[in-house]
Amino acid sequence: MPRFRIFRFDPEADKAPWYRTYTVDAGPGERILDCLNKIKWEQDGTLGYRMSCAHGVCGSDGMRINGVCALACQKLVKDYAGVEEIRLEPLPFFQVRKDLIVDMDDFLDRVRSMRPYLVREESPPEKESLQSPEDHAKVEDAIRCILCACCTSACPVMWENPDYVGPAALVWAYRYLYDSRDSAFRSRLEKLNEPNSVWPCANYFECTRVCPKNIPITKSINFMKREIKKFEFPQKIE
Amino acid sequence: MVFQHDVLIVGAGLAGLRAATEVAGKADVALLSKVYPTRSHSGAAQGGIAAAIENEEPDSWEWHMYDTVKGGDYLTDQDAAEILAKDAIRAVYELEHMGVPFNRTSEGKIAQRCFGGHTSNFGKAPVKRICYAADRSGRVIMDTLYFDAVKKGIKIYPEFHVLDLIFRDGQAVGLVAYELATGEVHFFHSRVVMLATGGYGKVYKVTSNAFASTGDGPALVYRRGLPLEDMEFVQFHPTGIHGLGVLITEAARGEGGILRNGEGERFMERYAPTIKDLAPRDMVSRAIYTEIGEGRGINGQDYVHLDLTHLGEKKLAERLSDISSFVKIYLGLDPAKDPIPVHPTCHYMMGGIPVNTDGNVTDENNRPVPGLYAAGECSCISLHGANRLGCNSLLDLVVFGRRAGKHILESLDRLDWLGAPEAPERAALERIRRLRENRKGEKAGSIRRELQQVMMDDCSVFRDEQGLQRVVQTVRELEQRARTLAIDNSGSRFNTDLIDGLELLNMLPLAEAIAVCALHRTESRGAHSRQDYPQRDDEHWLKHTLVRRSDQGVSIGEKPVSITRFQPKPRTY
Repeated sequence: MPRFRIFRFDPEADKAPWYRTYTVDAGPGERILDCLNKIKWEQDGTLGYRMSCAHGVCGSDGMRINGVCALACQKLVKDYAGVEEIRLEPLPFFQVRKDLIVDMDDFLDRVRSMRPYLVREESPPEKESLQSPEDHAKVEDAIRCILCACCTSACPVMWENPDYVGPAALVWAYRYLYDSRDSAFRSRLEKLNEPNSVWPCANYFECTRVCPKNIPITKSINFMKREIKKFEFPQKIE
Repeated sequence: MVFQHDVLIVGAGLAGLRAATEVAGKADVALLSKVYPTRSHSGAAQGGIAAAIENEEPDSWEWHMYDTVKGGDYLTDQDAAEILAKDAIRAVYELEHMGVPFNRTSEGKIAQRCFGGHTSNFGKAPVKRICYAADRSGRVIMDTLYFDAVKKGIKIYPEFHVLDLIFRDGQAVGLVAYELATGEVHFFHSRVVMLATGGYGKVYKVTSNAFASTGDGPALVYRRGLPLEDMEFVQFHPTGIHGLGVLITEAARGEGGILRNGEGERFMERYAPTIKDLAPRDMVSRAIYTEIGEGRGINGQDYVHLDLTHLGEKKLAERLSDISSFVKIYLGLDPAKDPIPVHPTCHYMMGGIPVNTDGNVTDENNRPVPGLYAAGECSCISLHGANRLGCNSLLDLVVFGRRAGKHILESLDRLDWLGAPEAPERAALERIRRLRENRKGEKAGSIRRELQQVMMDDCSVFRDEQGLQRVVQTVRELEQRARTLAIDNSGSRFNTDLIDGLELLNMLPLAEAIAVCALHRTESRGAHSRQDYPQRDDEHWLKHTLVRRSDQGVSIGEKPVSITRFQPKPRTY
């Protein structure tokens, strides 16, 4: 029977975070999320966490599991076989609102700052705009992003520089920068060349390691850095 | 606190977002969502969106309309199906123009693939009609619409759970909502309320639905004495991952996947000789249960195999990568090498809040209710009749979400600001107070588990009178027990324990409605399969069911089916 040590904090009631331990009757094939549900439904209704689809599509249940950011619905009990106590903590970096629930507004604001939508100068054709399969393939990895925030909260740079926009926002920047239907390539690149866009990335690769959708995030950021250099913005690059 | 907007839309999935973006800029619109934005269940749609854009093969909207009507076993309202099939083409181009990253043909057009029940020439052969973005079509469309809504500056209230609809002189004038972050209850004053709250698959034990799919919208309407339509029609998707119910898209079969029983036989050849594994979902689910029931499950167990091993790793990576990863994560299997154990999983509710083709909610006499709209899975147009075709749902959301938005704008000219009744939040506050103060009662979890079990056992793919009576009786007993429902969390911040209780109180009456309507309809049609009445009976039952609940109990009325182009025929594939 797996044992869990879970971070608890209610900013209105608690002076400081504390931990509570629970033992759950769960088989090796059950999800960590199933265990959380068993705790909430059967042992302690005061535990706070988010969830919805339970199979890694909605992005609600990002948290730190034994120190690594992941989705609770994508990790199984057997993935922690031999671990004496499975530690569950909220995603780091973002403000804790209750227990495992963090503030996501800050996260989404960062993504929004990258204009995550198509910018078109001309009105679209009557039918679809054409896009070659090769051009489509350029964004195929980036469109897997489910906005779970695991990457951004796992990134060590966020701690050093909280103004860094973070890896998830850069995935969305990449997704539209390389969409052949978009006409804002230059202004997107200018935005990416700002001090807190791509440049703070120091290649820790933590984002890539934790991404539940296996998006090559660091590689994409480096690709954009090279793109900016190729573009030769005279005064901005050091 | 009191909030005020011309238009309030409950639910930020595709239907709610598409309606909101239509209204934005022309009237003050706000979205309320009980989950955080981008977590809505539209995002779990995998396969794609249907439209006869003929990029890969000759096709026509008329064939699409016919397939929709036949797929719905002729209970589909044909005026709605015609709107859907015709408007599909515009709707898909619109999504593409907004930036949806559809897969492409070698010429750069939107790629298309086959799906269950979508055929050419009125049923002759499967046709490539489905526009898709790998197997994450819903998610990319939802993200595109969400950021469009953000760009348009639409106000979103995240993690607000709606508790009551408020009426004045028969017109919807607002709603009462619980704010999860603070525990506060607010009145939202408006001229129009639109419900886009999705389905309620969580009344079943095995489901592809999200935890949030608890039917809050239909429950709000039903509690107000308004009817619900065609509640007996519940879709079980044939291929849920064994045990979990997580969806494996029908696109797996659209791309060539094959269902096999314990003898290795491609059994769908016997049930649907023409289109085989691409038969509509209700037929394939019945076939799987029949195979299992007759001892031909894998090793005699309660599942069959979905075989994708011949598709090759490239196709799996390009078009079915999400489901491949689900199978790897949850079963430890590689779909390129191993067949996938599957069984039916509750997937979609054909029934729901009756609306006309403008999205306006209608009452028991088919009259529009001023100021009240609904779209998406929580509504019943009835577009999907007795069984929805795959990829008609995303289409329904964007076509009828937009239509509702347009009609809301027109109706605003006629709808004045009416004063709210005194203390509109009183009833909701009382409900919450009772839940919070009950210390000795039962917790939601045990009642919910029994509800989901009895619905699964006796009200799923195959039904009969005895089983359905057992369901009705059990659900009523559970509702009695839920009167003393207790929670352990008396806190005000993110009290999801309280939400669990409120959701259960929404699900119980809906489950009763499903079972009562299923008992009432003594025929088999589409997803409603009565073993004691195995034939479709057009003479008595070619009509919609309207169920209402009052202090006197549950009563059932009816509504005619719109038949325009296609007269009912026997449904074979």
